[in-house]
Amino acid sequence: MNAMEAMLNTEDDALLDVQHLTMRFGGLTAIDDLSFTARRREITSIIGPNGAGKTTVFNCLTGFYKPTVGCLLLKHPQKGDYFLERMEGFRIAQVGDVGRTFQNIRLFPKMTVLENLIIAQHNRLMKASCFALAGLFGLPRYREAEKAAVDKARFWLDRVGLIPRADWEAGNLPYGDQRRLEIARAMCIDPCLLCLDEPAAGLNPRESLDLNELLLSIRDEQGIGILLIEHDMSVVMGISDHIVVLDHGRKISDGDPEFVRNDPTVIRAYLGEEEGDDDHA
Amino acid sequence: MSESTNPIRAARSPLKTIVIDACLTAFVVLILAIPFIGLKSDSVGTSLQLVTRWPLMFAVIGAMVAGRVLLNLWRMRPSAAPSAKGGKGVGATLSAWGGSHIKMIGVVAFVAAVALPFMPFSNRYVVDIATTFLIYVMLGWGLNIVVGLAGLLDLGYVAFYAVGAYTYALIATQLGWSFWLCLPLAGLFAAMFGIMLGFPVLRLRGDYLAIVTLGFGEIIRIVLTNWVDFTKGPDGISGIPRPSFFGAVFSRSAPEGVTTFADLFGIAYSSQHRVIFLYFLILALAGVTNLFTLRMRRLPTGRAWEALREDEIACRSLGINPTNVKLSAFALGAMFAGFAGAFFSTRQGFVSPESFTFIESAIILAIVVLGGMGSQTGVVLAVFALVILPEWFREFEQYRMFLFGAAMVLIMVLKPTGVMGHREPTIRLHPPGKPGEQPEVVQ
Amino acid sequence: MAYFIQQLINGLTLGAIYGLIAIGYTMVYGIIGMINFAHGEIYMIGAFVSVVTYLILSALGLGYVPLVLLVMLMTSMLFTSVYGWSIERVAYRPLRGAPKLAALISAIGMSIALQNYVQLTQGARVKALAPVISGGITLMESDGFTVHLSYLQMFICVLTVVLMVGFSFLIDKTSLGRQQRACEQDRTMASLVGVNVDRTISMTFVMGAALAAVAGMMVTLYYGVVDFYIGFVAGMKAFTAAVLGGIGSLPGAMLGGVLIGLIEAFWSAYFTIEYKDVAAFSILVLVLIFRPTGLLGKPEIEKV
Repeated sequence: MNAMEAMLNTEDDALLDVQHLTMRFGGLTAIDDLSFTARRREITSIIGPNGAGKTTVFNCLTGFYKPTVGCLLLKHPQKGDYFLERMEGFRIAQVGDVGRTFQNIRLFPKMTVLENLIIAQHNRLMKASCFALAGLFGLPRYREAEKAAVDKARFWLDRVGLIPRADWEAGNLPYGDQRRLEIARAMCIDPCLLCLDEPAAGLNPRESLDLNELLLSIRDEQGIGILLIEHDMSVVMGISDHIVVLDHGRKISDGDPEFVRNDPTVIRAYLGEEEGDDDHA
Repeated sequence: MSESTNPIRAARSPLKTIVIDACLTAFVVLILAIPFIGLKSDSVGTSLQLVTRWPLMFAVIGAMVAGRVLLNLWRMRPSAAPSAKGGKGVGATLSAWGGSHIKMIGVVAFVAAVALPFMPFSNRYVVDIATTFLIYVMLGWGLNIVVGLAGLLDLGYVAFYAVGAYTYALIATQLGWSFWLCLPLAGLFAAMFGIMLGFPVLRLRGDYLAIVTLGFGEIIRIVLTNWVDFTKGPDGISGIPRPSFFGAVFSRSAPEGVTTFADLFGIAYSSQHRVIFLYFLILALAGVTNLFTLRMRRLPTGRAWEALREDEIACRSLGINPTNVKLSAFALGAMFAGFAGAFFSTRQGFVSPESFTFIESAIILAIVVLGGMGSQTGVVLAVFALVILPEWFREFEQYRMFLFGAAMVLIMVLKPTGVMGHREPTIRLHPPGKPGEQPEVVQ
Repeated sequence: MAYFIQQLINGLTLGAIYGLIAIGYTMVYGIIGMINFAHGEIYMIGAFVSVVTYLILSALGLGYVPLVLLVMLMTSMLFTSVYGWSIERVAYRPLRGAPKLAALISAIGMSIALQNYVQLTQGARVKALAPVISGGITLMESDGFTVHLSYLQMFICVLTVVLMVGFSFLIDKTSLGRQQRACEQDRTMASLVGVNVDRTISMTFVMGAALAAVAGMMVTLYYGVVDFYIGFVAGMKAFTAAVLGGIGSLPGAMLGGVLIGLIEAFWSAYFTIEYKDVAAFSILVLVLIFRPTGLLGKPEIEKV
């Protein structure tokens, strides 16, 4: 009975179903027949040595690349199912509510922190401003919508500790703040799936710990699924519910942290057959 | 330029450096000058003849070498390093001050603009120049939407100006519609052209977009020149009706059923009235352009323009449709060019393809970039530098364009980010100067 | 048919000229990523230098055609390269690292200044030159139409081919070419491994200017008229050619040039001569829409 319920739950909770994803660039196969499932209220990590194709998975998911083969099914809890590989890039964020961050931070550097977060709410504000018409004449409807947008931005700024720096130019922020701002910005689109590309890269241990807490709280409070690419094993092992290991574009392991940690194939991929090189881990 | 920064060369004695540099300059200028200044091909009858101008050439070389030596001396003066920084600081402070007092400056400028025609020193010439000034300001503000805010490189902006001008000229002369009816139509037509061009090409990378818009500008001009049946070709369209003041015409006497402006207000007729009226008309149009842009910057569309300029990929990841955002910027920018074009038509009473050459596009683009991408105040300053100052040097007519081009290079080299580099946030969480950490000035 | 072949010959000749200019655009774009707007003026300067050289030679009483051509070629390449070098030095080098648009504006300013400089120093009137090479051969005759291949056209095409071969050798095999390609790939890295980036960029401008000078000389001989305004239109078409062929690709620039030349020749022959520029640009737009990297450009994978 209990097992049955658990199974039903997992069925229900599936958020993203990646099936047979393959991506080739000319002769190079970056991802080779990858299948995995990410669930709601779970942090799914994709790990693997450099060049394993992790970021390419994200780029396929968020529409920057069109997969050569494969099916990316997003089961949006409110809106229904979407085949992401058939959608134009911006529609995946607009309709599918998939938010993402980038390995090399992509903020709007000349705009302020607050503006960065307001832009993330573009589509909602656009509707409220009747495509700029209501806004142009300063109708109350738009003013309220903008106030709501500022409140949402304030909420996330508070969560990442950037309230005092809300009016800074984003490009002037220290590195760690930029990383957190990018996460806050992605959260402002109200995602059902949040894809984070190496959010802990370049953070000091203290910031890294804060990040863990932030991600766990996002998972628990917002109830969304998080897809995480990370090299920092303390982050990955500490907070992941589920880990997918890639090597040379192929999935070599899939399971909970305990399972992956002890999987001999994973150890071999990271440490090599003979020579030890544990820089990655 | 890099010699002085090269540590090995800088180790040489300054005098030696300057002398060597001067000799090099002399040599290069000599080679540059021989075929153009030293020798000249003169047409005599049907054949060409060679004329020599050695004294002139050596004078030019002397001047260049002297300039180079002075430049080097100035660069090597003992206080060079610290004061260069100080200068930058002053510029930044000035631009920041301008940014934070923008409202006050705007009001003062507007009041001054309204009062201008009634000043004792203002005559027809002054008002005329002020009108030209405002046309360029309006065009600069219009293009600022496209280039400054949305970051789309448009080298054919003048095409939309031409569309507006010809729309009014053709409708007014063929159908006899009034200016006030044609004005929105001109804007609409120009915007339509913007969308028609923008739709296929806005996906292109920046430089490709530049060349396509440049080509589009030329296509429009070629069509205007060659489609003689429709546009009267290179001769242009003349006899374009002048605007009326709500039906009251600006002339000494009016035809049956129409009042003149002078009669309407019971004042003596003066040819000055129309000039002043046109001035206020363009002031109003430019004012609308400015208010519109300032307002748009604070709306989602405007913010998306700036976001797109900063990072298109990030925009897509946030669910912003880049094509729509770019199209809106392109179309709105074109629309203002269309309005300005209609005004140009009615002011001149005559249009021909000659007014819409690439050089106009280049001037308008230079205005925007020189002003400091996206800065409305910067545009006004840049128009002053690029359009009004040259106007004062009318005596040097033949050197005007040469100096203009050289000035463009010089200004860019000295100030690549434009005069007003400061960007004012469109929204703040903390009121300026009060709570919250203030960003340290990064210099 | 005969008419067609004649247009083909004319188009190829014109295309060779555009191609030579386009190489300058493509190389500069490849190495510093900017549109060298003043490159069209460089070509115009090349044309003027060759006119002046020709006048000197005829003043000296030199009439031996191959020698005249050689001297014209050499002087125009030499003097024009110095212009290319100086322009980079004055208008672009200080702006390296500045916003892209600043460099473009500087280039446009340079273009305006050069155009007016030549107008000031050489006068605004069109310079007409007596033909240096005349005559040609008749290839075929049909339907009362003769296909004529002039010696001049042969000269232009052969010279272009020779220059292309030499130039490819320069880029592929010499150390300068290797440095140039290295800077194109990654300027910072190239400087770290000891490539003198400043000098390499200067040399790129010099090479581009030399080729444009040849094109300028060819045009002087081909049309026999030169004025200070020819640079703008030719420059624009050459840039179109570079984009058409795939910017950054040298064979692409040549191919694009030839295509633009052919399009222009055939459009003028079979449709309207007034709209030949419109045809060239329309095709550019179409190519960019359907193949944004140009014909021979490498497809670009967006780095996210």
